Amino acid sequence: MTERVSRRRRSAARLPVLLWLPAGLGLTLFLLPFAGLLARTPWRDLPVLLTSDIVTDALRLSLIASLSAAGISLLLGVPLAWLLARAEFPGRSLVRGIVTLPLVLPPVVGGAALLFAFGRRGLVGEPLYEATGLLLPFSTWGVVVATTFVAMPFLVITVEGALRNLDRRYEGAAATLGAGRWTVMRRVTLPMIAPSLVAGTVLTWARALGEFGATITFAGNLQGRTQTLPLAVFVALESDRDAAVAISLVMVVVSLLVLIALRDRWWRPL
Amino acid sequence: MSTAGLEADFAVRRSERFTLRIRLSVLPGRTVALLGPNGAGKSTVVEAIAGLLPVDAGRIELAGVLLDCPERGVFVPPERRRVGVVFQDLLLFPHLAVIENIAFGPRSRGVGRRAALVRARQWIERLDLGGLEHRRPPELSGGQAQRVALARALAADPLLLLLDEPLAALDITMRTRLRRTLAQHLQQFEGPRLLITHDPTEAFLLADEICIIEAGEITQNGTVEDILLRPRTPYAADLAGCNLLAGNASRGEVAVGTHVLHIADTGIEGPVLLTIRPNAVSVHRTPPEGSPRNCWETTLERLEPLGSRVRLLTGPPLPLAVEVTREATDELGLHQGSRVWVAVKATEIGVQPDDAAARNARKREDQPSL
Repeated sequence: MTERVSRRRRSAARLPVLLWLPAGLGLTLFLLPFAGLLARTPWRDLPVLLTSDIVTDALRLSLIASLSAAGISLLLGVPLAWLLARAEFPGRSLVRGIVTLPLVLPPVVGGAALLFAFGRRGLVGEPLYEATGLLLPFSTWGVVVATTFVAMPFLVITVEGALRNLDRRYEGAAATLGAGRWTVMRRVTLPMIAPSLVAGTVLTWARALGEFGATITFAGNLQGRTQTLPLAVFVALESDRDAAVAISLVMVVVSLLVLIALRDRWWRPL
Repeated sequence: MSTAGLEADFAVRRSERFTLRIRLSVLPGRTVALLGPNGAGKSTVVEAIAGLLPVDAGRIELAGVLLDCPERGVFVPPERRRVGVVFQDLLLFPHLAVIENIAFGPRSRGVGRRAALVRARQWIERLDLGGLEHRRPPELSGGQAQRVALARALAADPLLLLLDEPLAALDITMRTRLRRTLAQHLQQFEGPRLLITHDPTEAFLLADEICIIEAGEITQNGTVEDILLRPRTPYAADLAGCNLLAGNASRGEVAVGTHVLHIADTGIEGPVLLTIRPNAVSVHRTPPEGSPRNCWETTLERLEPLGSRVRLLTGPPLPLAVEVTREATDELGLHQGSRVWVAVKATEIGVQPDDAAARNARKREDQPSL
């Protein structure tokens, strides 16, 4: 017992005092907005506000869009990361640049670019519409495409890094034991990068949940069809402050719950 | 020409200046050691035979099947070679329990999950791993992990067993102990066995035949006796020149005749064989400073020039072959009959259990007294 106490005291003492001030300031920057949000929360009206159509529609859409984005990113992003990490082909750095572009690009620009590609007069949108009658903009599918576009780079980057850091001799060892390429991937590579897969998926999901710019540009702001939680907050700020605060609170709680639940088990490697 | 064993005769170009050229064959039931200094190309041999690296010329044949032959366009990928490898760092899958690691081979070769676990359990029993089935590799001791790696390789039912520095990852004490159990465990495998090592003690103890590899080429091969009696290169001579002493160990001290030597392994007991390399012994005119624990006064009985070096033979209490530079003999003014102090660090003394002596001792004890 005494040993533990003394060890804790020693490790605390080792941190330079100078670090405490900026660290505290940084933390305050994170904490104050939440405090403001909580202070402004209309607790009594909360049940009514949270069960209104606008909120439940937006919550449903947000969950659908962010989970779909995370799922699609896993399906497409892992093979993409694999290619970037393992395959030698000309223009690989260009491909990597394009894949990570949505991280840097303002989401509004991304949304506009999507519109030029998939809009009714767009590069792909026009033939697609004429062939199938499917129109992405201003549809729930559009929301999914926009959020995936913005969020998938997080998964690709995380998984590519994990694949590069993986000691490939384990895969060689598996091969000498009789495992073909598919078995090696399924039973050795993927399980060994599992922590990064989970971390990448969570990051992707989190980014998708908060997506605003690309969605509103590409898919518009239609309640029940394309209006996700961030869009609902944006609209409510103009019309109904209390509703805006309530929706914001929902987002804070949902995000915090997921991050805390995953933190100890999976986040460490990040 | 084709046998159930390994026939390898190939070249691999590793860089502009380094090309590995190897020719060796291993018969079933035999252990051949590929012994050489670091950087001689030993790991490349492992990769080439396991199929992790295609050769540039020549051929590798196992059990009558051609595995790699660029001239004829043949390359069998590693997963279809049936070469069991115990890797230098073992490379146990960290995300799988011991039993799943061992069942990995059978499972990959299409054995059902349940049958694979049954087979894994048999190997767990054979290699004394009972009770460790559900441990993860990081929770194993060095010796346990090494046996799991061996079990994993053998459970895949290989036609050849490749051991790449199997004891290198262990500390000195563990190494001496495991060398003996490894020798026993190797008997579990009836096919050809190829041991890659830089440790002469390991090669001498485990192998029937030794191939010495230096700078990418095999410079000598033969039985242990051949190498020891007729070394053909300076490296082999260096190995052969090892002082081999028999003694009795107890608590870090070994009685060799009337003399007592201190060794680093304080756990080993009973009859042991000690190896001391000639260049691990230092020679002084006065008692050396820092008082090394193995230090005694003796007479030089003979001086033999060996090029730029000189081999000295010391007299009682412990006759040793010592190698020093010519400058050192001149500086110290060493002659036949000189009185000198010699010193050996405890960590420089190789120790291995003397199984033959131990067996004889036991036999004598077992004899019923009449």
